[in-house]
Amino acid sequence: MVDSFPHEETPSTDEFIKGLWRENPVFVQVLGMCPALAVSNTARNALAMGLATLFVLLMSNVVISSLRRFVPKEVRIATYILVIATFVTIVDYVLQAISLDLHKALGAFISLIVVNCLILGRAEAFASKNTAGKSAMDALGMGLGFTAALLSLGAVREILGSGALFGLPLFHDGFQPWVVMILPSGGFFALAGWLLLFNALQERRARLASPAAEPMR
Amino acid sequence: MTDDPLWSVFVNACLINNFVLAYFLGICPFLGVSGKLATAGRMGGAVTFVMLVSSICAYGINHALIALDAPYLRLISFIAVIASTVQLVEMFIKKVSPALFRALGIFLPLITTNCAILGLALFQTNKGYDFAQCIAYALGAGAGFSLALVLMAGLREKLELARIPDVVRGTALSLLLAGILSISFMGFAGLGG
Repeated sequence: MVDSFPHEETPSTDEFIKGLWRENPVFVQVLGMCPALAVSNTARNALAMGLATLFVLLMSNVVISSLRRFVPKEVRIATYILVIATFVTIVDYVLQAISLDLHKALGAFISLIVVNCLILGRAEAFASKNTAGKSAMDALGMGLGFTAALLSLGAVREILGSGALFGLPLFHDGFQPWVVMILPSGGFFALAGWLLLFNALQERRARLASPAAEPMR
Repeated sequence: MTDDPLWSVFVNACLINNFVLAYFLGICPFLGVSGKLATAGRMGGAVTFVMLVSSICAYGINHALIALDAPYLRLISFIAVIASTVQLVEMFIKKVSPALFRALGIFLPLITTNCAILGLALFQTNKGYDFAQCIAYALGAGAGFSLALVLMAGLREKLELARIPDVVRGTALSLLLAGILSISFMGFAGLGG
């Protein structure tokens, strides 16, 4: 998909690290936006969604990379989708058994992990070309990066929107919550804010690195 | 089963609970294809059509699965049906109108991974709509998706000419715009259920 980064003989720790920061799925590659925005209205939902995605990503990456010699090229996308859908169904039922509240709060977005472009993207760009061990490291890194991004979005929205974090009130009674951050538009604003912050940092670093050259866009 | 009138189902899906701006479904094409007004319109049309077809199929499949007592197969069969619908539509358009096929280009296969379509199939099942309501829901969702896409494309074409700081350009700007659009769509909340 979008990712054309060459995956050659990099050590497996690097496969793990790159998902956390340099190729962070949400902030750098802008993949998997729909669940990232939809369920990040509280930190708890965001964490649950991140962990569910991490599990599906890990399992499907491992299965797909072990099957990569047996799957014909023509039907590979269909095979990936079926593998992913199987694990999503498992997550859906397990979550229902663990916490019905959480399952209700996340709603259809658990099922919608199937069409999260992040998972299909990693299957196509990484797991179909690498060994199972490397793919597992890649999935762990990307999944944790995704979870971290979701958590930072959810934390900002919950702190500003209801003055709490993981349901614990943070502020004095006089705090006036910004209701807009809980509402759908708040998701767009919170993500835009994080992206602005990253852009500004990157531009500053580029300017410091080469003071004479034009700053990168 | 719900007994909402058809127009209320339509308005609900199109404006009040707009798929893009209230449910965050189909954000990827929303951010990716909204650069030009003409492409945005065509993309909206294609998505609406696939939504209609897959909504009808999903209605049938859901009833078949309930009859077979195998609801855990729902997700897998929905996604398989959507993928094959997109494939069929692609072949059909290629045969009937090569010009339209060329105009849609890469966007047609990408509709498979558009979460708005799978979302539509899941929501209509959860809400227990009957056949006519499903069609109204699919048309409303498609119209809402096209509306959001076209509005966004119009705004972005204007902003191409505006003077904006470099830091904001790109995805961050699109997200800020989407946030403002989303706030304005909240004004429709009073229209009905």
